[in-house]
Amino acid sequence: MIGAKSGFNDNGINWPDDSEGGYRVPYSVFMDENIYREEQKNIFRGPSWSFVALEAEIPNRGDFKSTFIGDVPVIVIRNGEGGVNVLVNRCAHRGAAVCRKLRGNTSYLECVYHSWAYDLDGNLTSVPFRRGMRGKGGMPSDFSMAEHGLKKIRVQIVNGLIFATFRSDTPDLEKYLGARMVGAIKRIFNREIEVLGDERQRIHGNWKLYAENVRDPYHASLLHLFHATFGLYRSTQVGSCVMDELGRHSLLVASQGTSSEDDDEDAYSDQRSFNSKFVLQDPSLLKGKRDFDDDISLVILSIFPNLVVQQISNTLAVRQIVTYSPNEFELVWTMFGYEDDDDEMRRIRIKQNNLIGPGGLISMEDGEAVELVNRAITHGSGDSSFIAMGGGKAESADHLITEGAIIGFWQHYRELMRI
Amino acid sequence: MKMTFESDAQLQAEISLLFSQYAACIDNDRLEKWPEFFVEQCFYKIQSRENHDRKLPISAMECDSKNMLVDRIVSLREANIFAEHMYRHIISIPLILSKSENEIATQTNYLVISTLQSGISHIFSAGRYQDRLVRIDGQLKFVERIVIFDTNSIRTQIVTPI
Repeated sequence: MIGAKSGFNDNGINWPDDSEGGYRVPYSVFMDENIYREEQKNIFRGPSWSFVALEAEIPNRGDFKSTFIGDVPVIVIRNGEGGVNVLVNRCAHRGAAVCRKLRGNTSYLECVYHSWAYDLDGNLTSVPFRRGMRGKGGMPSDFSMAEHGLKKIRVQIVNGLIFATFRSDTPDLEKYLGARMVGAIKRIFNREIEVLGDERQRIHGNWKLYAENVRDPYHASLLHLFHATFGLYRSTQVGSCVMDELGRHSLLVASQGTSSEDDDEDAYSDQRSFNSKFVLQDPSLLKGKRDFDDDISLVILSIFPNLVVQQISNTLAVRQIVTYSPNEFELVWTMFGYEDDDDEMRRIRIKQNNLIGPGGLISMEDGEAVELVNRAITHGSGDSSFIAMGGGKAESADHLITEGAIIGFWQHYRELMRI
Repeated sequence: MKMTFESDAQLQAEISLLFSQYAACIDNDRLEKWPEFFVEQCFYKIQSRENHDRKLPISAMECDSKNMLVDRIVSLREANIFAEHMYRHIISIPLILSKSENEIATQTNYLVISTLQSGISHIFSAGRYQDRLVRIDGQLKFVERIVIFDTNSIRTQIVTPI
């Protein structure tokens, strides 16, 4: 129901009309416990593909990683044939978490509570005392092992990114992502990657405030002041903000507009200092090297509902959103380079990592921005935000002074949530 | 460079004093003085135990020169946006791991309690320091300070050094 008229609906949310050329989002949608539960059902367990892991995190048979889809615990595991399974991490018996480690390698999964055991495809293989003891106890004679495996959900992979969905009617992954977003993924995941590490950030705010943040190129030069403070002005930067057909995914791209005489070493450095009170004492932080056959220096690719793929200069990362409550989510960053990186390139990526993540000189503010909003809207029932930069419509733009992709997110969100 | 160290007890007292001064520097918001605890060609890193145990290189902060430490502080003061907070470091007695003619290696536990403007305090980070110290002109300085934090999920952001 895109463009639903105002008025209370089943969720009790009063969504205001567009007004004064802008789009409005009621603050109650960030705070409401009932909305949060509905999101788990209609979005995270709904017809959406959630990112769960990189294939490079589980390269060998039996490798696993525990993670979440929304707030459902899942195990991502490579089975005996080399395929990838995503299993709900909940024993078929009485619901205990079967896998209690973040990562590891195993040949089977066993619940510690009553030792029910499963193979790597989630099939139940053993139930202690199934036939009782000395003729007493045991499971009913018609108990079928085949019907009590771990819940296995649909998995699809694009260039090493593993996605899962609870629904059989979710369109195939590449169709769900759309050609443009698949293209952006294939540009970055063009060869074998090497995982360089994770960073975790616990943010006391609603996950949708972060979904807005990564679809908002307008804030970049205003909130993140590192470059401006040190006179690292990006005069030539040009960019765009495009969406998929439904507006749910967003691709922010910025280029340096370098000319052909620039050599590779300088392609990303752009350290043109001008009148500035401060200069970096050690500019080696910004030393870069050309990674791609284009001039793109920044990509923020937001895939609905829980993934961001980023390239900022030579830093490459995926960011996964894990929801805990209306007021809390975790952002899990997995940084990577390429398997064929030489020592110098690897060193450049590790050093530039100072720019990103929870301690990133140019990205640490996003966590605080989310919390700033969250703190101020807690008691803001009835009020709404006003989103109009770039025209107040869910439209792609060939510039970065826009909030169009935020509106795209909300339109799709409302359709799934029926509000 | 030849150095002679006093008895272990004396040395440990001296290292403890240094670490208390380091903590007071940060906790009392004299961050501009913080780089002075390091030699010019130093290495400072704040890394999760999760990455450290997996032998993966990514850190929350990594500086390989004293000038980079200076840049961090200028950025904190002038550029970065964060919730106003105070740190309170609680530091254990340093464990001297090794001692050579030129260098001392130590390991020390820390707890950083952060207090926000609201007046609410929380444990921001628990972990350990792994340090390499040298004596220059009579004064112990860090060649390397590696902060390995158990609190793998960083609350909101990290801007102030540990």
